[in-house]
Amino acid sequence: MLFVDKHRPKTLDSLTYHPDLSSRLKALANGDFPHLLVYGPSGAGKKTRIIATLKELYGPGVEKIKIDSRVFTTTSNRKLEFNIVASVYHLEITPSDVGNYDRVVIQDLLKEVAQTQQVDLAAKQRFKVVVINEADHLSRDAQAALRRTMEKYSPNLRLILLANSTANIIAPIRSRTLLVRVAAPTTDEIVDVLKGVGKIERLEVRDKLCQRIAVESGRNLRRALLMFEAVYAQNEVVKDNTPLPPPDWEALISQIADEIMAEHSPARILQVRAKLYDLLTHCIPPTVILKTLTFKLIPKIDDTIKADVIKWSAFYEHRLHLGNKPIFHLEAFVAKFLRLLETYLMDMDYDF
Amino acid sequence: MASNFFDLKKRKEAAAASSSSKQKTALSQAADRPVPWVEKYRPKTLSDVTAQDHTVSVLRRTLQSSNLPHMLFYGPPGTGKTSTILALAKELYGPELMKTRVLELNASDERGISIVREKVKNFAKIAISTATATNASKYPCPPYKIIILDEADSMTQDAQSALRRTMETYSKITRFCLICNYVTRIIDPLASRCSKFRFKPLDEGNARLRLTSIAEAEGVRYQEGVVDALIKVADGDLRKAITFLQSAARLHGAVKERTGDDMEVDSGPKGGEITVRSIEEIAGVIPEKTIDDLMQSMEPRPNGQAVYTPVAKIVQDIVADGWSAAQVLLQLYNRLVFSDMLNGNQKNQIVAIFSEIDKRLVDGADEHLVTLDMSLRIAGVLGDTGS
Repeated sequence: MLFVDKHRPKTLDSLTYHPDLSSRLKALANGDFPHLLVYGPSGAGKKTRIIATLKELYGPGVEKIKIDSRVFTTTSNRKLEFNIVASVYHLEITPSDVGNYDRVVIQDLLKEVAQTQQVDLAAKQRFKVVVINEADHLSRDAQAALRRTMEKYSPNLRLILLANSTANIIAPIRSRTLLVRVAAPTTDEIVDVLKGVGKIERLEVRDKLCQRIAVESGRNLRRALLMFEAVYAQNEVVKDNTPLPPPDWEALISQIADEIMAEHSPARILQVRAKLYDLLTHCIPPTVILKTLTFKLIPKIDDTIKADVIKWSAFYEHRLHLGNKPIFHLEAFVAKFLRLLETYLMDMDYDF
Repeated sequence: MASNFFDLKKRKEAAAASSSSKQKTALSQAADRPVPWVEKYRPKTLSDVTAQDHTVSVLRRTLQSSNLPHMLFYGPPGTGKTSTILALAKELYGPELMKTRVLELNASDERGISIVREKVKNFAKIAISTATATNASKYPCPPYKIIILDEADSMTQDAQSALRRTMETYSKITRFCLICNYVTRIIDPLASRCSKFRFKPLDEGNARLRLTSIAEAEGVRYQEGVVDALIKVADGDLRKAITFLQSAARLHGAVKERTGDDMEVDSGPKGGEITVRSIEEIAGVIPEKTIDDLMQSMEPRPNGQAVYTPVAKIVQDIVADGWSAAQVLLQLYNRLVFSDMLNGNQKNQIVAIFSEIDKRLVDGADEHLVTLDMSLRIAGVLGDTGS
């Protein structure tokens, strides 16, 4: 079992950081529980907190989960297969799995859940909880379908929406839920967690190494734990200066960044393209590629053109979402970057 | 007990007693069961509806004349559209008759063209149920049914066109009420068949009145300025304000226990009271300090140093803290557009940036890059003041 899963806190009390938030969730779970919209960057512990809250609500029963596969039929008679993770007390769904048909799932499934009461009379709460993952990827229609359902069936149903940002959640939903922000842990908090895990696993914990991992992870605890485990798995003796192996794709992207900086020619773009294709075929999301590439390039260039590079990076990232062939936009960014750099260097020449 | 067993009369009595006591407990349970305050304080009659004087007075007249046009309610969320029509229906028919006379469809129901053709048409067709004498004496019970199409702007164009003729054919026995946020999403032929009612955002006075009365009724303790903060973050959306109030009350446990009389007087710090900051936290408002820092970092540096490094650092922290980019945008907008430090030209450029960034956010672009881009571009505008 990975450290990430093995040492995941199971109760609200054992969560290490954001004590305020934990005590609030606890107060909510023991009082009257509203609909929640939990948002925050990935690896901040949104899901962990929600599972702990569910446990607080219903007791250990929520940990006995099973996976159901349900078939929904759309109005145009298309069959959709949809997986539901469920315990006796709660359901967990990821409607964005079915793309544009998420509305059908929301309408059918939530109504069905909402119209039945809790079967188990011994249950601590009368309502069921439905956890909706990736709520920011829900289509507008699906969100509209949630609106009245949330009000009408509130005695039988509570929703917990999980999202990375609230930008794509429509206002009517936001005004019906309690917004809970889960901030990413600070580097110090990550260091504490790493040390704690190291102690339980009886590893030789190095302060400086933990510090470096925490910084490198970009305040993402999941990533920090994975890196931590990787370092100890790959090296027999771990020292303060043991190199941290980056993931393969990140290594490849920094290689691309180096290549771009080394030579500015059409031939180089062709070379880079092969690598970009490689990344895409390994299912690295194009947004991640573009973002990582940008932040790898930034330290290598002069301060004056950084703002421009960010501008075009944001521009092409937006295009990625609108268009449907990522490689065009990634390539366009590379070409644009070369152009910017070249113009900048030319200007320098003229100055002399 | 055994002797009782054959005593039918006694058993019946006992059963009645137990069932009545059961009923009582069930009733009290239902009352105790936590209800969102939004539902609890939903206006029960037309006169309870806050701040929509014009609409209410027109509707009141229709109550007396017992003739109703087709209606189209539009306005921003949380202004009482759904509440008004539900209250009106209740006043017209009373709770019992409402079940047979009113059909409510909203976006959570399938409302494709087939449903409009079948369900809506069938309901529109059926003859009007007769009102019982008791109902007729208490309520006007006019001879038509009402079909409420809530959130009508999420209906497809086709489904809307399918409504057109239906609305006219059965207009003798059926009235339609369409409710939407954006009147432009309703196709013209439908809009022209309805009399339109615009619901305006709640003004401050009415919102304040409502909030304080709810806080009073629930026995919520709050600090000075909380109501103002609520009104400010809710922006005319009363439902939002009430939800926030309830959430804050839950978080702080600021609701008074109303068991004993001496508890009322006791206003010790045990339960805690709602603070302005907690309202802002619930609403996702970024602390002024963070925005200050960001503004500071965007200020042009002396001797032409680039602003990239400080801005990038603060933006990274903002993103890691989970603040939403849309909120950053909104707060920066409020700061910059009303700032005296900038000239008109700069403001023009900045507003153009905001509009583009907002579009990108709605399209689902990456928040980190977008926020960074926005900050750097604004910094660029702030940089060239002269010329």
